[in-house]
Amino acid sequence: MLTRQLTWLIVTLAGGVLFAAPAALLRRRAERLAAPLLALLPLAAFVQLLAALPAVRAGETAQVRFDWAPALGLSLTFTLDGLGLVMGLLISGIGALVILYGGAYLHGHPALGRFYTLLLLFMTAMLGIALSGNALLLFIFWELTSITSFLLIGFEHERAGARAAAWQALLVTGGGGLALLAGFALLAVISGSFEMTVWAAQAAEIAVHPLAPAAFWLILAGAATKSAQFPFHFWLPNAMEAPTPVSAYLHSATMVKAGVFLLARLFPVLGGLPLWTPALTTLGLLTLLGAAFLALGQTDLKRLLAYTTVSALGMLVFLLGLGTPPALKAATLFLVTHALYKGALFLTAGSVDHGTGTRELPRLGGIGRAMPFTAAAGGLAALSMAGLPPLVGFLAKELVYETTLTTVAPLLLSALTLLANAATVVVAVWIGWQAFWGRPGDRSLHPHEGTPGLWGPPLLLALLGLALGLFPSLSGGWLIAPMTAAILGHSVNVKLALWHGLTPMLGLSALTLLLGIGLAALRRTLQPRLAAFWRALAPFGPANLYHRFVHGLLSLASWQTGLLQSGYLRIYVLVIVLTTVSLAGLTIILNDVPLTLSPWQPPRFYDFVLVGVILTAALLVTRSRSRVATIALLGSIGFSIAVLFLLYSAPDLAMVQFAIETLTVILFVLVLYKLPKFSRLSSAPTRLADFFFALTGGLLMTLLMLLVSRHTSDASVAAYYAANSLAQANGRNIVNVILVDFRGLDTLGEMTVLAIAAIGVFSLIRLGGKAGRKQRAVTKGERAK
Amino acid sequence: MKRARSILLATAARYLMPLMLIFSVFLLLRGHNEIGGGFVGGLVAASALMLYGIALSPAALRNLLPLEPRLLVGLGLLAALTSALLPVLAGRPFLTGLWLKTPLPVIGKVGTPLLFDMGVYFVVIGVVLWILLSLAEEEAQ
Repeated sequence: MLTRQLTWLIVTLAGGVLFAAPAALLRRRAERLAAPLLALLPLAAFVQLLAALPAVRAGETAQVRFDWAPALGLSLTFTLDGLGLVMGLLISGIGALVILYGGAYLHGHPALGRFYTLLLLFMTAMLGIALSGNALLLFIFWELTSITSFLLIGFEHERAGARAAAWQALLVTGGGGLALLAGFALLAVISGSFEMTVWAAQAAEIAVHPLAPAAFWLILAGAATKSAQFPFHFWLPNAMEAPTPVSAYLHSATMVKAGVFLLARLFPVLGGLPLWTPALTTLGLLTLLGAAFLALGQTDLKRLLAYTTVSALGMLVFLLGLGTPPALKAATLFLVTHALYKGALFLTAGSVDHGTGTRELPRLGGIGRAMPFTAAAGGLAALSMAGLPPLVGFLAKELVYETTLTTVAPLLLSALTLLANAATVVVAVWIGWQAFWGRPGDRSLHPHEGTPGLWGPPLLLALLGLALGLFPSLSGGWLIAPMTAAILGHSVNVKLALWHGLTPMLGLSALTLLLGIGLAALRRTLQPRLAAFWRALAPFGPANLYHRFVHGLLSLASWQTGLLQSGYLRIYVLVIVLTTVSLAGLTIILNDVPLTLSPWQPPRFYDFVLVGVILTAALLVTRSRSRVATIALLGSIGFSIAVLFLLYSAPDLAMVQFAIETLTVILFVLVLYKLPKFSRLSSAPTRLADFFFALTGGLLMTLLMLLVSRHTSDASVAAYYAANSLAQANGRNIVNVILVDFRGLDTLGEMTVLAIAAIGVFSLIRLGGKAGRKQRAVTKGERAK
Repeated sequence: MKRARSILLATAARYLMPLMLIFSVFLLLRGHNEIGGGFVGGLVAASALMLYGIALSPAALRNLLPLEPRLLVGLGLLAALTSALLPVLAGRPFLTGLWLKTPLPVIGKVGTPLLFDMGVYFVVIGVVLWILLSLAEEEAQ
């Protein structure tokens, strides 16, 4: 039953992405309808996941598996368990809202279609991560989210800032992705499989394997880059160059949680390593605290939220690192809570930007009267962020304190968490209260409420946070328990309540609030000082390291390009010939290949004629003083070779050779006028040297031909093709059957290379010289007409 | 720079081009059993079209083409990829040749390798025309 539901979900997503994503590009006519129609796809996924919730809650899991490349251990294994299901609910639910919001936010944007397409592609890839049961498959989806994230951050690609941020995010998360792949490969070496259920079953053997720590560090690097952990956190605030709906969806609610999700997913496999807890808790705490205080120095609403997102991700990693059942419950609850309130706050920030034209916190204030719905959404979400009852944020915070109080160092960990939480409260007050109801900062703003599309989605998310808080037993039993059970591998009892009595956790919550509100009131003094402090520290930060690294890489690239790419065809030919001669010659000498001539047939009359033509033409080419004569001589060599092919019964080769020669003539005709005057540039000694180089090249080829012809007696390959061509591939022309069937994959690769080469040549022709630029201007003008 | 066009060449190209195109399709279709195939067929077709383009004008050739050359390249790659993926949908390994049981009239046996070969054919035409037409248009201005 559950398996059938999972299959239907996969079919929906695959079909949706095949049809809806391209359709989004064609939306021009139906712009108003596009958003609601396209939101149907995530909505359908959401409903299907919701329908599967009762069975999953009862402890069922489902797996669907199609083989893809079994030789590589790659299969399309999809698993549905509590963890993936709740993650999927967040991805699809928020996805539907973000598409609706994006339609309103980017209303009239010329590239709105591209936005929808990318967002849908991202959502599908992200759901793929949540549902993958095979590590390689997960990696593929992982990289797809990195790529769509790159495209979405650089959505407004005409701004240099957006391009730089997109590039940075791609390099950081892509680099982490490679580490992740290496980590998966090591785990596969240890366990012999890429299936994650196999890994979990062998957890005990994996934990004691000497390669396990290496796999752990590599996977952690992948998760840390994706989830913006210190020292890779810097890409996330920069990713705020993306349009706000993207920031809300990818860079707070879903994609950045992929790293955390992966750690949770692999907890049954790697959680037993002695490294797990110290590494993850240290990393998490560093990120949690560092980002919390980085946030307080920000004035831009989105960057402020981005840093608190980094901080929240640190909290999640920290909790997963503790790895005790209460910590995992806290982690899952906080993950859901954070997705809801942060998604809502980002969307609110976008609406504020839309309604006032600014996101600068000091300029905002008192806009709540003009934007009541936005203010309500932002206020509710901020209450959840601050952790006030009866919102779900309160439940999460209580659970976090309950966890830290039961660790080995309760005082230290609780105090550190409290500091970070207080900073979160500060941000919540700034955004939820001061922006909307505080003293107006800039009276020249004219705030106005947007269309329902701009305040509906954030309000819905914020209300959901309220609902989950008001019904703690529901959220505990239906969402948190299945998630935690999937991580732990056995069912757990989750009892959430708004009122536990007078507990130490309540005291800590109250203290957090007091501290946070107190600090929030000091914004005007606190913010500039912290900003100045972080600015002073910036030269030592990882962002600067990244810039130096990229700069160094570019200098290295330009140095080696200058070294290798002279731009002169004659140098390239020389390098190619000399490399081939020395490498192949060395191999022949080292292997001590015996040079015995195979029995040969006496040459016929035609052979003498053709070889004579070729030799004469080759000699004349070197003496020629006119370009047309050179072309004609080279052509006669080519045609003579084609005739040779014919004589030695290789008609296919001959035909191709003829066609190529013809096209070469056409090519020469086209470029003849463009070429510089035909002249001799090299001096006599250079020409003498060239003569010897050419001679070695010719000698090597002769030698190779002799060696190859020695092996004609070993005809098993030819015999195989001759025997199987008709029987297995329905074709009598062996050459063609090899090309399109036996070695079809090679041909596919060659076709792709050909296409890429054509793109390169085209770019060189069109974008190269001044003439190219003029031409482009002309064609643009023509198109405009 | 305006060049005088040869009337002889232009007239001949008008008649030769369709004949050569038909010949290229013939090469493509019979390639699996006799001499020919998508690659050489594509080269012949591209030469035919370029002959027309040189004899008349690059603009005339552009008007004649239903698709831009670079779209032709994409189409070819898509065709080859489709032929490779079709067997996957049928539960066979990537790139397995699938054949219709009954041969069609004129064309003969039809299967995914033929689609693959058509992909090669289009990619070759597309790449050659893309490069040569760009050069020719540079030349013409």
